[in-house]
Amino acid sequence: MTELIEALRTPVADQGTGAVTIGMPVSRVDGRDKVTGQARYAAEHTADGLLYGVVVSGTIPRGRIAAIHADAALAVAGVVEVITHLNRPRIRSFDIFYKDMTAPGGSPFRPLYDDKIAYSGQPVALVVAETFEAARYAARLVEVDYEVEPHATSLTENRERSYKPSRMKAGFTPPPDPKGHADEVWEKAAVRVEGEYYSGVEHHNPLEMFASTVIRSDDGHLTIYDKTQSSQNSRWYVSHVFGLGKDKVTVRNPYVGGAFGSGLRPQYQLPLAVMAALQLKRSVRVVLTRQQMFTFGHRPETLQRVKLAAEPDGTLSAIIHEAVAETSRMEDYVEVVVNWSGELYACEHVRLGYHLVDLDHASPMDMRAPGAAHGVYALEVAMDELSYTLKMDPLALRLKNYAEMDPSRGLPYSTKELRACYEQGAARFGWDQRSLEPGSMREGRELIGWGMATGIWDAMQMFARASAVLHADGSLVVSSAATDIGTGTYTAMSIIAADAMGLPLEQVRFQLGDSTLPVAPIEGGSSHVATVGSAVQGVCEKLQKKLFKLAKKLPSSPLAKARFADIEFSGGFVRISSQPGVAVSIIDIIAGSGEQRLEEKYLMLPNMLKQMKY
Amino acid sequence: MNPIAYFRAADAAEALAHASGGARFIAGGTNLLDLMKEFVMRPAALIDINNLSLAEIAPLAGGGLRLGATARNADTAYHPLVRESYPLLTAAILAGASPQIRNMASNGGNLLQRTRCHYFYDIGTPCNKRLPGSGCSAVGGLTRQHAILGGSPQCIATHPSDMCVALAALGAIVHARSAAGERQIAFADFHRLPDDRPEQDTTLASGELITHIELPPASQFAAHSAYLKIRDRASYAFALVSVAAMLDIGDDGVVREARLALGGVAHKPWRLPAAEALLVGHPADAAHFAAAADALLVGAQGQGENNFKIPLARRAVVRALEQAVAGTHDNTRSERDRAD
Amino acid sequence: MSTYPVRLELNGESRQFEVEAWVTLLDLLRERAGLTGTKKGCDHGQCGACTVLVGGRRINACLTLAVMQDGQQVTTVEGLAQGAQLHPLQQAFIEHDAFQCGYCTPGQLCSAVGLMNEGEARTVAEVRELMSGNICRCGAYPGIVAAVTEVMGLAQHADNPDRPYLPGTVPA
Repeated sequence: MTELIEALRTPVADQGTGAVTIGMPVSRVDGRDKVTGQARYAAEHTADGLLYGVVVSGTIPRGRIAAIHADAALAVAGVVEVITHLNRPRIRSFDIFYKDMTAPGGSPFRPLYDDKIAYSGQPVALVVAETFEAARYAARLVEVDYEVEPHATSLTENRERSYKPSRMKAGFTPPPDPKGHADEVWEKAAVRVEGEYYSGVEHHNPLEMFASTVIRSDDGHLTIYDKTQSSQNSRWYVSHVFGLGKDKVTVRNPYVGGAFGSGLRPQYQLPLAVMAALQLKRSVRVVLTRQQMFTFGHRPETLQRVKLAAEPDGTLSAIIHEAVAETSRMEDYVEVVVNWSGELYACEHVRLGYHLVDLDHASPMDMRAPGAAHGVYALEVAMDELSYTLKMDPLALRLKNYAEMDPSRGLPYSTKELRACYEQGAARFGWDQRSLEPGSMREGRELIGWGMATGIWDAMQMFARASAVLHADGSLVVSSAATDIGTGTYTAMSIIAADAMGLPLEQVRFQLGDSTLPVAPIEGGSSHVATVGSAVQGVCEKLQKKLFKLAKKLPSSPLAKARFADIEFSGGFVRISSQPGVAVSIIDIIAGSGEQRLEEKYLMLPNMLKQMKY
Repeated sequence: MNPIAYFRAADAAEALAHASGGARFIAGGTNLLDLMKEFVMRPAALIDINNLSLAEIAPLAGGGLRLGATARNADTAYHPLVRESYPLLTAAILAGASPQIRNMASNGGNLLQRTRCHYFYDIGTPCNKRLPGSGCSAVGGLTRQHAILGGSPQCIATHPSDMCVALAALGAIVHARSAAGERQIAFADFHRLPDDRPEQDTTLASGELITHIELPPASQFAAHSAYLKIRDRASYAFALVSVAAMLDIGDDGVVREARLALGGVAHKPWRLPAAEALLVGHPADAAHFAAAADALLVGAQGQGENNFKIPLARRAVVRALEQAVAGTHDNTRSERDRAD
Repeated sequence: MSTYPVRLELNGESRQFEVEAWVTLLDLLRERAGLTGTKKGCDHGQCGACTVLVGGRRINACLTLAVMQDGQQVTTVEGLAQGAQLHPLQQAFIEHDAFQCGYCTPGQLCSAVGLMNEGEARTVAEVRELMSGNICRCGAYPGIVAAVTEVMGLAQHADNPDRPYLPGTVPA
């Protein structure tokens, strides 16, 4: 079963932290390691004879590499190799091998595959040297001759050739069919607004640059410390692209310096570092520069038009929301931009549309509430504009059109505490002091005011497996190949397990960040706690049952006649809830069992039938 | 960054002796190392001048203040004599960069720092400053941060320093030393306009070492000076437009002397004594401030994207002068703590 | 390329290196001194993740060469604690949850120590201004400000959602 992997340096709460329950404010268990500089990120794991790779970035948006002149770079002292599409190791030919777990439809970009230039800043070579400085200098000396082709990179200039995306991405739902006759109603409406909303490209730019340290053992096994939102996704990718079995590659990501979605797909330094390690039979580290952090996936440039119509009393009569977004020539990146406008407010006539324009860019990728950050923003601004036209309080307008059920599907929401949010927010921010007229409040030389907006997001849950090992000394290790990008996974999972087992937090370790651990999904979509947390909860419940059974079997067990529903786990004991003094300690249970440890594993599968009811 | 040799000079003679061919002086290094990593500047050797005893900040006989070339910007800004007698300089220095950079950046280096034009920084694009004759990518390109005054068809870059705008207003004098001896350069003559030689940022000769900056006495302005910096972020960003304003106001409310300089608008701090003269002998009021602003901006020409800088500069001049009238802020107390 | 001797008193320990001139202090710390606590976030002095203390003074380690610091006393995040005893700032950061991913944290801590050494910040607003050389992409700024101002003993609201605010302003 799953042992504690030393190299991960899994954090644990300070001694004396004590009992915790879900919902209690708890200091992060990885806090000490982070504030003392002990937490190690992808570029901070070392190996004997480590080589440093620096990526050479292309400088044209579209065309072909005619020639690469690497002699000057190779002549620099300390430089070991310059890897290009011409001399790279063998990599797979079919698209399917490059598809990582969150790949959209189309052909994934293949770093250093051939002479094709698909976007500006694309990696065109990797310089590998004994020191970082030599590699960096030599990279400047690599000269590339290009055949330049005309390019198209402007969404606004190319919007006329937009198309409906046909190839789908996991988790994507296209806009629903129109409801009612939105355009007719809008044309005839007494009160209506219309607006165009433009969002430029946004780059994730977490503070840690993308990096991969590939550590090669003598037997050729690769242990890769990668910056990723899923160690298993990166492992899958490396195995498939390079034809390396699962037993030949391990990927680790115990600490990730922010990601915001950019780590949902392997970034190009990963295959480049692996190429170097395979070619040179050495350990290699590749770190992107901050400038290169602008040369891969990003939130797409998006244009939206929102038209709202209402009765004079503020009742919405029509919602029309259309979006056009950029994608690459290679893949149709899609995200849910406009659907929210049919889900948030009650309205009879709704027409939603979503189109793409393919440009000479890197494929966009998910970034912090992908799609919703664009679509809900535009909808909410339009609602504000409507409220000004109506001379109505913007909050009152939202309440007027409050939907108790999801209007687009006619199903109840899984949870909706929005009314209470509105009430509490209004009270705390003194909303009743707000004057209705825009631009009517000043403080000195500044115009001031209040605004509000509504958010909505899917409550997603994927599947995951967790394993748990309860040691004879009462310490618990729960494992899953989950990720913590700063979201607090270590702490949240530790709390769930400690609460379930009634153990002090410092006796519980949640181990994540290694592809050999039980299967877990990408950390994304705000789904990790619902997914991995439920798996942790589940495996602890199995452990509880095992402990209970063993407790009943102990000689003169005080729990011999108890039923599972009667008991609770707290303070390191299994107790009868109504008589907490009647208890057996976990340590005694294990000792009495004759085992050194108790183990369980649990596969958490979302209850799809239940979820489809909401 | 290219391979470099490094030499720590023990005195000025040693430093000057090494200053030939591809060697450059380095003190703080905050701009030079940045440019070297971008491969924009590639000196073969660096001569560390931190041991040359050029860090002194001390009064000069006959009034005035000596600012050592290798004294750190932070030490200069916080020096009691600077705070007391030249609060404009304190305000300007503290408006620039970040605390970490101010702790390292030297006074001489601040003068010599190069433009932050993004085309200058991108060795993949044509740039007459980087490579004479190769063209100017900014003209017809993205010009939000570029010049509205004093530009040429070859170059529309701006000088990024805040400290230099204050030094221009103060009429500072740059003292330099070379193998040929010592000389003084009036601040107005230190930075060049690009004209057809944009590769020359300053009139300093190659191998010439700045030893110190001399500040003439300026106590008449200490009660009414302001540095106003307008930028896209609240902190740690370069100026779109900045204004150094100082007034000597008599008890009768009439302006006896005025200094006015703009940053973020040209290849050098923009100061016109003729604009300042429009304030002298008149009440310190908005009408006269506007006239001075107009005079200062004569010939201003936008590049399209940066057209906004012209009305912005006009308003900023008036606002800075109003702030100066209201009393000196040296930027060591933040906006939110002030009663406005 | 020639190498040069660099002697540093690094977190209280005398250490000696032999490096080429083009090695920055940051890369020396991370690649040659085994101290990966100090982070590289941009390598151009724009993010502050590489902030260390030289002679008690905060600087960007990426914008200075190791050779230029020969003979200096350098403190990194690894040198802030006294054994198991955390520096008050480190403790305050944990208590105020002044980080998420933790990558900017070492730089924030060294910068805050430097700020305190400088003695120029007297109010919360001034702490904010004088910490603006340190970027946090996770947005932990309120926690960072709360932690620093608490350790400095500055009169300020705690990180409390019910604290008083001026209507129409952001009560950050």
